[in-house]
Amino acid sequence: MNIRLIVVKLSIYTFIQIRKLLNNCYPQLLATCGFFLLCGLVLLLRGQNPLEFYTTIFVSGFSSFDEFGSVLFNTTPLIFTGLAVAIGYKCGLFNIGCEGQLNVGAFAATLVGMYLYLPSILLVPLCIGIAMIAGAMWGAVPGILKAKFGAHEVINTIMMNFIAVALTNFLVTSVFQEPNQMIPHTSQIYENARLSRLGNYIPFIPKTNLLNDSFIIACVCVVLCYIFLKYTRWGYELRLVGNAPDVAAYGGINPGVVIIWVMALSGGIAGLAGVADVMGYRYRFLDSFSSGWGFTGIAVALLGRNHPFGVFAAALLFGLLNKVALDIELLLNVPRGLFLAGQGLLIISLVCLERIQKKNR
Amino acid sequence: MTIIDLIPSTIRMTTPLGFAALGGIYSERSGVINIALEGLMLIGAYGYVVGTQTTGSAWMGLFVGIGLGILFALIHAVATITFHAEQIVTGVAINILAIGITDYLTPAYERVEGLPEWKLPVIGTYSFLVFLVPIIMLTSHILLFKTPWGLRLRAAGESTEALKTLSLSRANWQFFGVIMSGILASIGGCFLASDVHYFSEGMTAGRGYVALAAVIFGNWRPIFGVAACLLFGFASSLELADLWNIPDQVLKIIPHVLTMIVLAGLVGKSRPPAALGKMES
Repeated sequence: MNIRLIVVKLSIYTFIQIRKLLNNCYPQLLATCGFFLLCGLVLLLRGQNPLEFYTTIFVSGFSSFDEFGSVLFNTTPLIFTGLAVAIGYKCGLFNIGCEGQLNVGAFAATLVGMYLYLPSILLVPLCIGIAMIAGAMWGAVPGILKAKFGAHEVINTIMMNFIAVALTNFLVTSVFQEPNQMIPHTSQIYENARLSRLGNYIPFIPKTNLLNDSFIIACVCVVLCYIFLKYTRWGYELRLVGNAPDVAAYGGINPGVVIIWVMALSGGIAGLAGVADVMGYRYRFLDSFSSGWGFTGIAVALLGRNHPFGVFAAALLFGLLNKVALDIELLLNVPRGLFLAGQGLLIISLVCLERIQKKNR
Repeated sequence: MTIIDLIPSTIRMTTPLGFAALGGIYSERSGVINIALEGLMLIGAYGYVVGTQTTGSAWMGLFVGIGLGILFALIHAVATITFHAEQIVTGVAINILAIGITDYLTPAYERVEGLPEWKLPVIGTYSFLVFLVPIIMLTSHILLFKTPWGLRLRAAGESTEALKTLSLSRANWQFFGVIMSGILASIGGCFLASDVHYFSEGMTAGRGYVALAAVIFGNWRPIFGVAACLLFGFASSLELADLWNIPDQVLKIIPHVLTMIVLAGLVGKSRPPAALGKMES
């Protein structure tokens, strides 16, 4: 009797939760399903079997811990850039400059890791901290320009992207290039500055898998961002400035100051995406190593409804796509541009659907 | 090598920027932020090459390029104006879409015919599109600032309500502005492709963003905008020529740094259209 009651209650509870999720997130779910259906349709038009496409995605993404580890490896930088965009957006700011911020952050981490020989316990946090500071400085500039002069942060972050790429390109090619090498990259960072691979201490992940500690850092970041936004004074100020700047000013919050530190925080988190690459994967700075993570971050934040956990889920989806794109290209001979084009359409349909949802409320 | 030798390459660098910047001015003057210039240029270049390869005629290529540009601009317009979607997000999405589609359906890598060239004394021989830039610049200036028609387009960008008081539709003017940006930016892309005679992935290489910088640097005015393009075009031709031993990264960031300075109001006065990016709720 009692057990039956519990079961009934539980099923009602789950039903309500699922309905709530569907009500709140149907644009996201619809756009995602639309994306996969569209990809299948394109394959059908190419005269290939769409089922083969879906099974390839599944096999390449989930068939073993090794494969799934690679998915998580691809997810890691997107979590950082997605969080960076989401935090800015919560404050009504568009940080399109993640690309530049992560480049600067990665370069700063590389310099520290290359030239400071310290024990690992000091060097790793130092590298991460320096990368965050570098990214934060890069992000703060558009924030200051917005707060002081009212200059639009979107334009400035775009411009700062180009400046960051040119700056790191200059430093890598003319000052810090590894001697006797044609590739524009720096020398390797010390062993002590490297993040260890998860395979080293988790038994069922192979040692060769690229998944590393930066993924753990990303997960911690997601939780910290959630707590920060929801339960701290600063998170409250941030959301208030985003929703109602006038109310915030009336309540004694200086919106300009908030804008500056939010942009700095956003840039700092974006800088961590550079850390994931330098300290977790390549162990050196490679010129233009980022394959559009900063821009994918916008899609990730959007799909995740700017909520830290949503960002995590959305990053997982895009990480999966990045991982399987190669297999799709090799096995089914479909260029990876299909995924990019699909992503573009996904974003556009998503923003339109979100508007419709808002109107219907 | 002297500065005189840089004139031809400066002109060739300026032309695509000029078209895209003029397009950006139409869109932004009507109140729609257009970050999609990069994608519109890319799809224009792609359309030109595909059109020319399939029909064998450069004119058809230009036609296809402009057609694709209009199509992509329409996506931006419908999303932002009809659905009031976030203009920056759709702009970024269109850039991603353009990169994706041109990668998915890459045309064969073979030399295509260029557009007809005109020879003028003193200046030299260039594609006829080059001579179109000053003409469009002047007509745009007259259209935007000397006619009631331009007044209405600008009114759409200055206020969300102004056109309503005349019982005119703001949306129609914005549609027009965005589609004009599609046409002009894709012509810029067509010039790029016809100039080098082939299409390669990501061949616009950030030119759309430089054009956007020129729009802001030129204070949303056609003549100043094209003048800014000339300056930025000169910087990139210096980059090619390797004159004076300036590192090319320094030349590359000139447009971006200058734009940031101007936008911050440190030099001169930057005044964007008052209702740029705003939609009535």
